[in-house]
Amino acid sequence: MKKLEKIVLAGLMSIALGGCRQAMQQAPVPVAAPVTPAPPAPVAEVSAKPWEKIPIPKLHDFKPQQPKRIELKNGIVLFLEEDHELPFVSGSVLIPGGSRDEDPAKTGLVELYGDAWRTSGTANMDGDALDDLLEAKAAHIETAGDVDSTSLSWDSLKGDSDQVFSLALDLLLHPKFSAEKLQLAQQQAATNIVRRNDDENEIAGREATKLVYGANSPYTRQPELATIGAVTVDDLKAWHDRTLGGKLIVSVGGDFDPVAMEAKLRAAFEGLPPVTPAPARHDVFAGPKPGLSFIDKEDVNQSNVEIVGLGTDRRNPDVPAIAVMNEILGGGFASRLIQKVRTELGLAYAVGGGMSFAYDHPATFRVVVLTKSATTVDATKAALAEIDGLNSRPFTQVELDRAKDNILNSFLFRYDTREKVLAERVKLEFYGYPPDYLETYKAALEKVTLADLDRVAKQYIHPGKLAVLVVGNGPEIKPGLEELKLGPPQPIDITIPMPGKPGATEQK
Amino acid sequence: MQGRVSFRFLALALLAVAMAAAGAKAQDLKSFEQRITTKVLPNGLTLIICERPEAPVFSYTTFVDAGDVNDPTGESGLAHMFEHLAFKGTSEIGTTDYAAEKVALAKVEAANDAYEAEYLKAVGRDPRKLAELKKAFVEAQAEAHKYVIPNQFTDVAERNGAEGMNAETGLDETIYFWSMPENRLELWAWLESSRLVDTVPREFYKERDVVIEERRMRTDSNPEGRLFEQFLATAYVAHNYGRSGIGWPSEVGQINATEALEFHKKYYVGSNIVVAVVGDVKASEALPVLERYFSLVPGGPKPEEMTTVEPRQFAEKTVAIREATQPIYLEGYHRPDYRDPDDAVYDAISDILSNGRVSRMYRSLVRDQQIAAEAAGVSPYPGNKYPGLFVFYAVPLPGHTPMEMRDAIHKEIDKLKTADVTDNELAMYKTRTRADLLRGLANNQGLANDLAEYQTRYGDWRQLFLQLDRVDKVTKADIRRVASKVFVDSNRTEAWIETAQQSAAAPKDGGAQ
Repeated sequence: MKKLEKIVLAGLMSIALGGCRQAMQQAPVPVAAPVTPAPPAPVAEVSAKPWEKIPIPKLHDFKPQQPKRIELKNGIVLFLEEDHELPFVSGSVLIPGGSRDEDPAKTGLVELYGDAWRTSGTANMDGDALDDLLEAKAAHIETAGDVDSTSLSWDSLKGDSDQVFSLALDLLLHPKFSAEKLQLAQQQAATNIVRRNDDENEIAGREATKLVYGANSPYTRQPELATIGAVTVDDLKAWHDRTLGGKLIVSVGGDFDPVAMEAKLRAAFEGLPPVTPAPARHDVFAGPKPGLSFIDKEDVNQSNVEIVGLGTDRRNPDVPAIAVMNEILGGGFASRLIQKVRTELGLAYAVGGGMSFAYDHPATFRVVVLTKSATTVDATKAALAEIDGLNSRPFTQVELDRAKDNILNSFLFRYDTREKVLAERVKLEFYGYPPDYLETYKAALEKVTLADLDRVAKQYIHPGKLAVLVVGNGPEIKPGLEELKLGPPQPIDITIPMPGKPGATEQK
Repeated sequence: MQGRVSFRFLALALLAVAMAAAGAKAQDLKSFEQRITTKVLPNGLTLIICERPEAPVFSYTTFVDAGDVNDPTGESGLAHMFEHLAFKGTSEIGTTDYAAEKVALAKVEAANDAYEAEYLKAVGRDPRKLAELKKAFVEAQAEAHKYVIPNQFTDVAERNGAEGMNAETGLDETIYFWSMPENRLELWAWLESSRLVDTVPREFYKERDVVIEERRMRTDSNPEGRLFEQFLATAYVAHNYGRSGIGWPSEVGQINATEALEFHKKYYVGSNIVVAVVGDVKASEALPVLERYFSLVPGGPKPEEMTTVEPRQFAEKTVAIREATQPIYLEGYHRPDYRDPDDAVYDAISDILSNGRVSRMYRSLVRDQQIAAEAAGVSPYPGNKYPGLFVFYAVPLPGHTPMEMRDAIHKEIDKLKTADVTDNELAMYKTRTRADLLRGLANNQGLANDLAEYQTRYGDWRQLFLQLDRVDKVTKADIRRVASKVFVDSNRTEAWIETAQQSAAAPKDGGAQ
């Protein structure tokens, strides 16, 4: 009885409710000024409600097991997290350098690299043979490319773990990039490119981010048929050789003997040359040009509205206060956006957002609403009003308490499994954050006050600096977008460039 | 929102606990029999508690054996609509004054009935009267809204640390789930049992608009959504698997609260519900608490099973959508439900054809012929409780057509019929199935879902493990036999999108108000 949900395309097989968080996992925004009445919040409870009479005992003691950290002389860092519940061992090597570091003329290189590295295999065993061997053991070795890193990961049953680790190490140190597998990866990438305008959600997310960072930013530039076509096997090799000299972070979790595993990892990595630190980046983040943009899509009956601006990074000491503000704006079902746009107005199934944080660069501020064509203006106005309200409708103690409860009472789900603990430590190491970051973050969240909320709302929420993007069915949007009074909608051309045919167009 | 969580390999917690538990590996049926307690309450509801004290949290799944396949004729989307209602609170939570709210809600219902009656008049509909009735309906809703504390149910859950709170309505079933700190177990039992028992049609008509937005997002404005809806509507002539799960616009747009509550009364009875809890919970302490709350669910007979059986297909069918999006091809063959003795054979075929880079369809269509970006054959779709489809699909590379996908898929199917799969392929299927089962055991939410589902579908959660016996028994001859029987032209429905410069017709909202 195989589960459908795990297979096949898209979310077609089951409809789910819930909703709001789907649009984005990010954090929302804050407010400041006094004036209008507070949200239709629960009035002060006078007598205890039935649920308040239910005792909440003290939580069982819990101290997550931290992984063992070992820094090798060459600068490579190892993490070992034992977990004997199931007979599996998994691991990964995280390598600094990702798509933001690739040559703009070869945009897409890291994606192709992440694909072809594994499918090509090694000098000893090509990728197809590797597939046969691993799948027969229900084991995996995979490679991937990301915006700031690439990675190699593996997992297998305990009994196969020595062999699988050897194979993974061989792939790390002796890959043999093949022209055939690069071509295969290029075909897949080309398929994604020509299909990227089929789904309006995808269009909206992509183009909104471009509005924030700029179309040519290292964080948003998109692969084109020409740029992926320009990537060669030599490019992949050069990328590999260059990035492998960076500060690798090796993590292993699962059912292993820690002494033997440490010895094995040392033997594998101690002999590598000293790591080369990654060069500092000098990105410029100007934020969007305020105003309204529009992309017409004839085959939809729902508009995707994106309201975007520049976010912040996690080193910002205001992040805890912003996170609480986010929760109030668009975090849970009781947040202002959901309360208003979904529950009260019934204008959207998916609505949410806030100011998100990245570890080493400003992320985006982003609020998203999906609404039927005819209510595009109403829903956009309602969402804008909630953003605006962060600076005009005072935060209440009820909102603050609720937001803190929401965040703090579910905080332990950030480390309720050893896999999460290990992944968190790797992330903190990668970005150079202290290992107790989560603890200090939690302590700071607890201390956020109403005054903090007012302050961060004033400081970070500037409705006049936000850009609004609507993707939708132009003729159906009535009243028209001019009603938003954000100036004439600027069309965005999303035509897919076809190489060799200057000016030729694929469908939009 | 899709709720099924899929952490990959998970783990746990406390150093001390881990040391103590180091001897007891949680891998086989025996160890689970020691940690699982089941109890059928007098009202017929089944409770399952699985102790997994790795961190001070628990997850639960409430599995209701009713989905959109059970929607009455003319009311497609009703089960899903009810699922949304289950987040709106009860007579105790979400209201400032339930006695007054109840009266106001009855007026909303009456106003809606009056409006609907006029709206549906085939002859003599009076636009002015319709406008008046609409106004009265809107006013009645505003009156009822005065008593609402919006989203209080979800608010209480979230403030108490609910994580991953969601629900899903499938064609076969409706599931509700979240995770929480273990010290909120009783609070959860109160919340969950209350909403199962004491549902109030609060803000029903606004929520209906929300659901219609969900339809626009998933189906109308998504090329694959449109294709799959048409595909199923064509493949089935009698069974409700052919009907839009989220609902046809004209029907979901006119569902009323009375219908939703009737659905609730019929299907939300103890004998139709399994509740599974997995995590840092002691059965000896938790069971009495859960019994106390979940005993409040009404008893009543298990709803009668559907009588409709999809008749044998004897004519090949096709759906061709010509629009300005990229091509895709799929085809489906009717197969039996999950109770069929060959159920595992279908899984084997799917695994061999589709699982990973060793799979036949990847190697043939993607790697060797280089005509597709992705290709697979999976089953069952759209559900498993009733006879579903075995579906093949392929996503063409630029420059390749749906018809090339079809021909290539048919060649792969022919191979299954004319030659045995290899020993390696069959062994791989069995090994991977076993390993995947094991991997899933370290995830509270996934385990809660599985235990509840197997308990419902087989009457015994142990089948989660015992199914491996059926997997082990699959032979090469079985695969050939089943492929030859099922993958025949007259049992096929094909559907594809081919790219046209302009869409034939942009979707519009259907008859809803």
